[in-house]
Amino acid sequence: MAHSGISVLLEGTNFTRLLGGLWVTVKIAAIALIVGIVLGIILGVLRTFKNRPLRLILRLYLEFFRIVPTVVLLFLFYYILPRQMNFNLPADQLATLVFALWVAAEMSDIVRGALISVPKHQRESGMAIGLNRYQLYRYVLIPQAISLEIPATINLATRVIKTTSLLMLISVMDVINIGQQIIEANNHSHPTGVFWVYGLIFLFYFLIDYPLSWWAKRLEKKRLERANG
Amino acid sequence: MSSSWNIIQQSLPMFEKGFVLTLWLSFVGIIGSIIVGLICSLVQYFKVPVLHQIASIYIEISRNTPLLIQLFFLYYAFPVIGIKFGAQLCGIIGLIFLGGSYMAEGFTGGFNGVTKSQVESGKAIGLSRWQLAKYVVFPQGFSLSVPAMAANVIFLIKETSIFTVIAIPELTNTALDLIGMYYRSNEYLFVLVVGYAIILIPLSIILTLLEKRVRYGSFGN
Repeated sequence: MAHSGISVLLEGTNFTRLLGGLWVTVKIAAIALIVGIVLGIILGVLRTFKNRPLRLILRLYLEFFRIVPTVVLLFLFYYILPRQMNFNLPADQLATLVFALWVAAEMSDIVRGALISVPKHQRESGMAIGLNRYQLYRYVLIPQAISLEIPATINLATRVIKTTSLLMLISVMDVINIGQQIIEANNHSHPTGVFWVYGLIFLFYFLIDYPLSWWAKRLEKKRLERANG
Repeated sequence: MSSSWNIIQQSLPMFEKGFVLTLWLSFVGIIGSIIVGLICSLVQYFKVPVLHQIASIYIEISRNTPLLIQLFFLYYAFPVIGIKFGAQLCGIIGLIFLGGSYMAEGFTGGFNGVTKSQVESGKAIGLSRWQLAKYVVFPQGFSLSVPAMAANVIFLIKETSIFTVIAIPELTNTALDLIGMYYRSNEYLFVLVVGYAIILIPLSIILTLLEKRVRYGSFGN
């Protein structure tokens, strides 16, 4: 006998299982963001140095991650790491690695953009008072660049969270994969369950991403207001 | 065992089909997104009652949810309530649903980027609201929105790779299918990456040139 679809969410452990899947999703996004942001800041600072070969290599790294779609990146690592390099990782760690490398690439561009947009006289004044390179970055450039890069970094975080929806493709037990299992298991008793399960997952993503992008927008607006006086 | 080169050669006709489909779906999706985006941004610029709020809600929903779930909804959940589309139509609708909001934000960003002094000077010489939009805000705003548009175009082409989840035989789906059948992942992934590079590298060069050209049009350069 067919039940109304929404009850599929409340039956048995379905809801807690979905939340568990969401936790896997959030954990992968969070670790990838932390590792990627730290690595990206280092790469971004390196990209403002005058060393040409280094800049070229880092630029190629960025362009590679920009041009290849994330789905393809995941499959590249999924197939090539174990077969060519004998490097076996569970799917969730593999995904974290791919996302972290991707975040690092995008972050390096955000950091570089912010650093070079600090007015030139700031850098020159710093050099004039005899700061060395480390001090120049530590006390002059990075503090001023941070307010420029925070909104872009938050937007990057929302993109990473949305992109975690691809995890199911390499069979990580994320919220979508678990949702599909629930739909299949209850297909007979709850034919409209698919609508409610995907609806709930849709809502989950929205509830995580909307506050973040709202926050980014507000910071950006404040910054522009300050810049325009 | 045939050599890698043979494997690649034999797969090229199939990849060609996938390549053409990726291009076609991207093209339709991008044109649709620009139209939807333009409508939304105009509705917001002129603060058209009711429609203005609807556009804001649509933009927030579309920007803050993943394309994959949007597609699953269209393809698997909608038939349950009696609305049914083919896979390719679902892909195009999904891409336009996603892209429309990104394009709208791009246009709106451009309009807002027109400096205050320009708008106020326009008002000072007695331009009406419509004249201000037509002669001051739109010409400058559109050229300011070109970089965002360019980024969106590249983004949307890459997003078509997600169409593989509803089995549309575009580039990524072709590669995954071939890997599933013949287990030659290196060769097929290589062709796949080259396929995207052929589309995206020339396109990003062209778009960068376009950005440089349009910058002459903006005030103060």
